[in-house]
Amino acid sequence: MQRNPQLNANGELQHLLSIEGLPREILLQILDTAESFVGVTEREVKKVPLLRGKSVFNLFFEASTRTRTTFEIAAKRLSADVINLNITVSSATKGESLLDTVANLSAMQADIFIVRHESSGAPFLIARHVKPHEHVINAGDGRHAHPTQGLLDLYTIRHYKKDFSKLTVAIVGDILHSRVARSLIHGLTTLGAPEVRVIAPQTLLPAGVEALGVRVFHDMRAGVKDADVVVMLRLQNERMRGALLPSAQEFNKHYGLTGDKLALARPDAIVMHPGPMNRGVEIDSTVADGPHSVILPQVTFGIAVRMAVMSIVAGN
Amino acid sequence: MKLPDAEKLCAQLVAELKPRIGPKTAMVGLYTGGAWLAERLHPMLGLKNPLGLMDIAFYRDDYAARGLKHDPKRTKIPFDVNGAEILLVDDILYSGRTVRAAMNELFDYGRPASIALVVLADRGGRQLPVCAQHVGARVEVPAGQRLRLNREESGRLVLALEPERAA
Repeated sequence: MQRNPQLNANGELQHLLSIEGLPREILLQILDTAESFVGVTEREVKKVPLLRGKSVFNLFFEASTRTRTTFEIAAKRLSADVINLNITVSSATKGESLLDTVANLSAMQADIFIVRHESSGAPFLIARHVKPHEHVINAGDGRHAHPTQGLLDLYTIRHYKKDFSKLTVAIVGDILHSRVARSLIHGLTTLGAPEVRVIAPQTLLPAGVEALGVRVFHDMRAGVKDADVVVMLRLQNERMRGALLPSAQEFNKHYGLTGDKLALARPDAIVMHPGPMNRGVEIDSTVADGPHSVILPQVTFGIAVRMAVMSIVAGN
Repeated sequence: MKLPDAEKLCAQLVAELKPRIGPKTAMVGLYTGGAWLAERLHPMLGLKNPLGLMDIAFYRDDYAARGLKHDPKRTKIPFDVNGAEILLVDDILYSGRTVRAAMNELFDYGRPASIALVVLADRGGRQLPVCAQHVGARVEVPAGQRLRLNREESGRLVLALEPERAA
């Protein structure tokens, strides 16, 4: 059997590339460690000395503001030095290969690479070529995975619902293009959530999605009924090629989260969204700003979760 | 060898600490053994400030060598550290490194008026200039052994020797 490329010889987390294939104990270790970092982020001095002297390189080959910023804040709160590289306007456009870029940064004494790339698998390629003391964290690769987003979603669900073992989680919208959905589904099934539903038109579902252990719904009202957690996904206009949808208005009518559709979920249901939101498309403002919404706490928890991931990999 | 009775040491510490308790006195216990001891001392001393509990994992000086090996507990300091007279409580005092880390973490919450160190047992072997103001007992520990505090199901605290863990 091939060794999991994310784990070192002792079975400890060396890189975070995907939630898929990570053992339950490691997911729980990350969530528990994040819980302690939430305490740090609530203090006046929101910094601990753990990664003093370490260099974290934010390598973003694809545009991102929120994820890059939260990684930057997380690294700074661990006392690391953070270097942001906006590769889209730099070496890559001059023709440098991905591995050459990484080799050059490695020569600048990098310790952690945070990688976002439009190609699925790019962080895996980098992880195979870095030195033993260097660590790679996937910040989103193509349609494949976005493990820290999945982990912060898991953290948020556990924070509000305490326990995964009785939960019904409905993930709604553009599953086809969503690396967030894929990461979250793997996390939920690993942690034992008994019912994970995906709700989308056939054109926005990947082929064979049932194999991930989810129930498929095309009717949103049936899908959100009695859900404990409703996760809305962004309609990814920039990733859509061809006519998958008649129009955004049509999508909103059938798959947008409105107050009346949310009323079908459990009374204490929480509503999540990885951001950025398209208000009036996948989610109505009354819901996004309403009492069930935990969209902004997700962002805050995301910092603690990223602190946990960085401090765990850098110590292994 | 016979180890001192942890329960007796606990009672002895309470008697010793009583005269120094004032309105500004607060207590912080260090996970795990120090927290058990503090949970015992705090009500017996009738402290007004709620008990603080601290996990120094994020301040350890051996992170580079060992990483985060256990899941750290969340530090909770439910009182204002600024101006507080803090009793820092740990079970066993050895190298002094935990105490150094704990003081660093405490100062990220504020500037205490004072910190006094309270330990159940001091086994010597200091590697840093740290000393405890209140010591239950001094215990000699044979080479290759470590001294630890256990809490039985009944809640009774017991000192025990066990083989040192491989690093």
